[in-house]
Amino acid sequence: MNYYDIIFYIFALITVISAGFVVTTRNVIYSAFFLLFTFFGVAGIYVLLAADFIAVVQIMVYVGGILILLLFGVMLTNKITNVDIRTGTGHLLPASVAVGILMGAVISIMVYTDWKSQPVETPVTTVKILGSLLLTDYVLVFELLGILLLIALIGAASIARREKE
Amino acid sequence: MYQFIYDLTGNVIISTLVTAVFPLVNVLIVALIGVYLERKISAWIQDRVGPNRVGPFGLFQTVADFIKMMQKEDATPTDIDGKLYNLAPVLVFTGCFAAYAAIPFSSQLIGSEVEVGIFFILAVSSFTVAGILMAGWSSNNKYALLGAMRSAAQIVSYEIPTALVVLSMVMLMGTLSLTKISEMQTAYFWNWNILGGATLGLSKFLLIPFMIVGFIIIFISTLAEVNRTPFDIPEAESELVAGYFTEYCGMKWAMFMLAEYGNMFAVSAIVSILFFGGYHSPFGYLGNSLGINWLIPYEQAFWFVAKGWFFILVQMWLRWTLPRLRVDQLMSLCWKYLIPYAVVNLVVIGIISLL
Repeated sequence: MNYYDIIFYIFALITVISAGFVVTTRNVIYSAFFLLFTFFGVAGIYVLLAADFIAVVQIMVYVGGILILLLFGVMLTNKITNVDIRTGTGHLLPASVAVGILMGAVISIMVYTDWKSQPVETPVTTVKILGSLLLTDYVLVFELLGILLLIALIGAASIARREKE
Repeated sequence: MYQFIYDLTGNVIISTLVTAVFPLVNVLIVALIGVYLERKISAWIQDRVGPNRVGPFGLFQTVADFIKMMQKEDATPTDIDGKLYNLAPVLVFTGCFAAYAAIPFSSQLIGSEVEVGIFFILAVSSFTVAGILMAGWSSNNKYALLGAMRSAAQIVSYEIPTALVVLSMVMLMGTLSLTKISEMQTAYFWNWNILGGATLGLSKFLLIPFMIVGFIIIFISTLAEVNRTPFDIPEAESELVAGYFTEYCGMKWAMFMLAEYGNMFAVSAIVSILFFGGYHSPFGYLGNSLGINWLIPYEQAFWFVAKGWFFILVQMWLRWTLPRLRVDQLMSLCWKYLIPYAVVNLVVIGIISLL
C-alpha cells in the first residue's frame, strides 16, 4: 500500500460518507454543504486517475457553478431553510426489491465485464489532447452542446424576464 | 524546492509539507505587514499619523493585536448553527491557501507544477464563495446573511471578466501552466506581456494597447473578487456592520482577515504572472552577470514578492482614495462594461495572435 492508495481511500471515504449525509440529513442547507465535500472527493479521485483537467472542471462547474447556485436558491427561497425534509421510509418492500435488482445489476456488470487492464502510459497533461480531440473528432458534438447551453440560457433569461412584467 | 527537499529527506510527505510551509509563511507575513501598512497608508492619505505607540513607528502594532486576538475569549452567539459556523473560516482560508499550490514564486520554488495552473486557481476560489455563504448563513444574523449574499453574487459575477482575460492570455501563450507563462516572458521588462510578449515583430506592437486594456479589466475584477474598496459592499461598515463575519471574533475572525490578505497577494501574483513577467527580473539577473547560478532563484523570488507587494500597495491606495460603489452600479460595471470589453479584447487578441 503506497501513498497513492492511502490518498485514494481518503478521497473515496470523503465522497461516500458525504454522499450518504446528503440524502439522509434533514436540513436542506446541510445537504447542499455536504454536496460540496462529495464534489471535492470526486475531483480528488479524478486527479488520481491522471485526469487533471476533468478534476479542475469538476470543481469549477459543480462547486463554483451549480453548488453556489443551489445555495443561492435555498437561501433566497423563504421558508425552505427551516423546513424539516421528511426522510422517513415509505413503500419499504417495492423500494428494497427495486434497489436490490439495480444493485445486483451494477455488481454483476462490475464482476463480469472484461475490463481492459493493460498498463497505459499516463499522459503528463490531458489539456492538449482533450482540446485537439474536441476540435477535430468531436467537433459536431461540441458545437451541439454549445447550442444546447445557449438555448438553456435564452430560456432561463426569458422566463426570468416574463415574471418581471 | 520540492525536488531538493525530496533528495535531502527521501520522504514524500515531509517534502510536501515543507514545500507547503513556505507560502503559509508568506501569507502570514503579508497579513502582518499588510495590516500595519494599511493603517499607515490610510493615515497618510487622510492626513493622520496612524499607529505610532507600539515600537518604533508603531511597527509592532499588528504583533500586539495578534497577541490580543490569540487570548480573546471565543464568544459565540446563542442561536448560531454551530458546526457550519466553526467550519466556515477554515473553508474560506482553504480556498485562499489552495491557490498558492500553483503559484510559482521562482523557477525553483513552486508547490506543484500542474499543467492546469491558472485554471486550478480560478476553480479553487469557489471554495471561498461556499465558505462565505456558510459563514453568513450559520451566523443567523441579517447583516451577515446580506453580506454573504452580496459577496457571493459579486465574486461569481466578477469571475467572468477575470476568466475572459485569463482566456485571452492563455490563448496567446498556448498554455495554462503558470510556470510556462512566466518562463515565456524572459527577463527584461520589454519582454513582458504588458508590452506585447517576448517575440519581436509586428504583432508585439499591435498587442500593446489590448494588453493594457486586458490588464485594467483583470485588475478591476480581481479587486472586486477580494472584496476590497471600491467594491467592499459585502462588508460595508456603514451598512452591514462587518458583512459576513459580523458574528465572528478572536482567532476565527483572524482567519477571515488572513484569507483576505492572502487573497490580495494571490490576485496580485496572478496579475503579475499574466502581464508583468511573473518571477522574472525587469533588468536581467545579477547572478548571470556575476556568474553565480545559485543566486538566480533567490533573485526571482525577490522580484516576485516585490511585484506582489507593489500591487497590494496599489490596492491599498485605491481603497483609501475611491468611494464605495452601490450594488446596482457594481453589477452594471461588471455586466455592461467589463464583460463586453473583455469579450472584444479576447476576439482582437485572438485575431492578432493569428497574424
